Amino acid sequence: MRDLLALLRQSLAGLRVLVAATVLLGVAYPLLVTGIAQVAVPWQANGSLVTAAGERTTDADEAVGSVLLGQATDDDGLFQPRPSAAGDGWDGLASGGSNLGPESPELLALVGERRAEVAAREGVDPAAVPPDAVTASGSGLDPQVSPAYAALQVPRVAAANGLDEAAVRALVAEHTAGRTLGILGEPRVDVLALNIAVLAARDAGAGD
Amino acid sequence: MSELLPAVGQVLVLVVVLALAVPLLGRHLAHTYTAPGHLAVERGAYRLLRIDPDADQHWRTYALSALGFSLVGILLLYAVLRLQQHLPLSLGFGALPADGAWNTAVSFVTNTNWQWYSGEAALGHLAQATGLTVQNFVSAATGMAVAAALARALSRSGAGGRIGNFWTDLVRGTVRVLLPGALVAAVLLALLGVVQNLSGARTVTTLTGGEQSVPGGPVASQEAIKELGTNGGGFFNANSAHPFENPTPLTNLIEIVLMLLVPFAMAWAFGLIVGDRRQGAAVLAAMGLLLVVAVALLTWAEMAGPGTVPHAAGGALEGKETRFGTAGSALFAAVTTGTSTGAVNSLHDSFTAPGGGVAMVGMLLGEVSPGGVGSGLYGMLVLAVVTVFIAGLMVGRTPEYLGKKIGQREIVLVAVYVLASPFLVLVGLALALSVPAGVAGLQEDGAHGLSEALYALASASNNNGSAFGGLTSGTPFWNTLLGLAMLLGRFLPLVLVLALAGRFAAAQRVPVGPGTLPTHRPLFVSLLVGVALVVVGLTFVPVLVLGPIVESLS
Repeated sequence: MRDLLALLRQSLAGLRVLVAATVLLGVAYPLLVTGIAQVAVPWQANGSLVTAAGERTTDADEAVGSVLLGQATDDDGLFQPRPSAAGDGWDGLASGGSNLGPESPELLALVGERRAEVAAREGVDPAAVPPDAVTASGSGLDPQVSPAYAALQVPRVAAANGLDEAAVRALVAEHTAGRTLGILGEPRVDVLALNIAVLAARDAGAGD
Repeated sequence: MSELLPAVGQVLVLVVVLALAVPLLGRHLAHTYTAPGHLAVERGAYRLLRIDPDADQHWRTYALSALGFSLVGILLLYAVLRLQQHLPLSLGFGALPADGAWNTAVSFVTNTNWQWYSGEAALGHLAQATGLTVQNFVSAATGMAVAAALARALSRSGAGGRIGNFWTDLVRGTVRVLLPGALVAAVLLALLGVVQNLSGARTVTTLTGGEQSVPGGPVASQEAIKELGTNGGGFFNANSAHPFENPTPLTNLIEIVLMLLVPFAMAWAFGLIVGDRRQGAAVLAAMGLLLVVAVALLTWAEMAGPGTVPHAAGGALEGKETRFGTAGSALFAAVTTGTSTGAVNSLHDSFTAPGGGVAMVGMLLGEVSPGGVGSGLYGMLVLAVVTVFIAGLMVGRTPEYLGKKIGQREIVLVAVYVLASPFLVLVGLALALSVPAGVAGLQEDGAHGLSEALYALASASNNNGSAFGGLTSGTPFWNTLLGLAMLLGRFLPLVLVLALAGRFAAAQRVPVGPGTLPTHRPLFVSLLVGVALVVVGLTFVPVLVLGPIVESLS
């Protein structure tokens, strides 16, 4: 009984502390960080959006997407991203992956289907399809593909847009990032920025 | 070979960064928990909150303060989650169901951050910031306070069970360590691309004319404390795999550093508090050894990619992001399960069987490599007491640790501590697998299904919070069971540690004699690692055989 009273007394002190903590940590801290970020890096703080011309914007109405978020690409003339398990695919409000295990028959079948699909689309031997092309990412919003998967898609994209393969390869190289400091992460290609560049090159070619 | 160099290189960079930062932060932590003076802002806060910051609490009062504070935290967070539709910035989301709100309230107050819900589809900004972010700070500060109290108790002699003041420790840990650290980290993450705004999801028309929602929110501010406080609760469902939480390999490394910083520094601070730097270094070395082994095994497993699906795909990339790859994902996984964080930058459920198994073992060892911000240190100190006891039995020496005799009462406290987590994990698992409501949550059959349930219980009981996400845990059964596992897994050990601290503080220091086992030498470090692996690890061998080991061999 004495302990119970003591617990109650301590809980009341705890309530006072928690209310103060909520004001400081739950309101002031996030607002301060928001203020600093909005002033210092408004583009990044608002989702790294880009326009169809490839310019940075913070206005969603003129954006075609975020360079950080992969998106569905319903155009066989463009570079395709990895498979996505976010909602019905690339759902910005349902990030996530398949969570299927390494021995899952369901995942094994999916990998086989994807491999056949990509091989047929690119007109290559199924064995040439790289791993990232047949696996879904953790976020379902992976904005990038491996250089190998991008290279595999160059002939198709070049043909579809009336561009030289060499020119498309140059665009891929331009949008490829290496490992940070040579050791962190993996080499990768930004799909959205690359597709914007491909469309720009196609339109420039058509204008000649 | 070309793949191996970056995998090793990222670990070396991490080691260098930590070697520079840990001693500095350790000194700051030792000062934080022992300095007699108060900052002006703290004095103001104590006056306002009517707290006597200099009252030296008996361990029972200290424990009641910690429990009372956590109780209020659970009630308040529960209320926020049940009433969020009435709060501003709710984004139109309704109340969480009762079982879900209970689970989440317990989850964040116990520093677990198990998430049955999907952040971007269930919670408004105010619930995230005033509910979850606040608990990310104060639950971490609570763990740190308890660890500091244990260290202080070991430095005292004949203090009659008095171990310090919980409120002072709580306020100092928050104001002097976590808040400034999180502020710097949050701004750094925002500069590197992590989202930080107050808007809801906005719709864009994609390049090929489709529609996509671009979510918003105060992400960077939550991300920073989520890693620094070893909490792990993601703003988004995909957690640190989401490009808005963790956009680049550099932010990935920063988040890994943030997870390890405080747990390692607490070990360093421990050495300073007990007045013998070598004691802290020994504890730190044992933590580091276990972590290095876990990183090596996990990295090997994911890069080699054994298993049917990784073979078929040509690599273990299911559930992994291109920018992190296998090595960057494996390092993150070893760190998040070796600490009590539970943030994920890749989906552990899709890891190779041995990789997922190593992640489980990290948690099952009680998370001491290096563990949670506070629980890592006190967990390792409990194992140190077990180690001197076992060593004493082997050679007939009187067991003592840092001049404190280890008697029957101490051993009882320590034994119950060590048994608490296996009890919760194994009894919880047996219960879950014996009722239809438990089995219904499993996504897969056979060994992998067992692994999903085992992972969940291991994660909840050890307050980690990561998951084999295939498990459908947002049901009344799982929410209730895991809520209980988190609650008991946090507060039972916490009270036992404080009782142990009380006994240490009361005991007279015995002088070092020829019969004293030195606890700062490499021999002791290897004994300590051995005790962690054998005494704790062996308990779980049967269930690990049926889960990840059988799956590895299939």
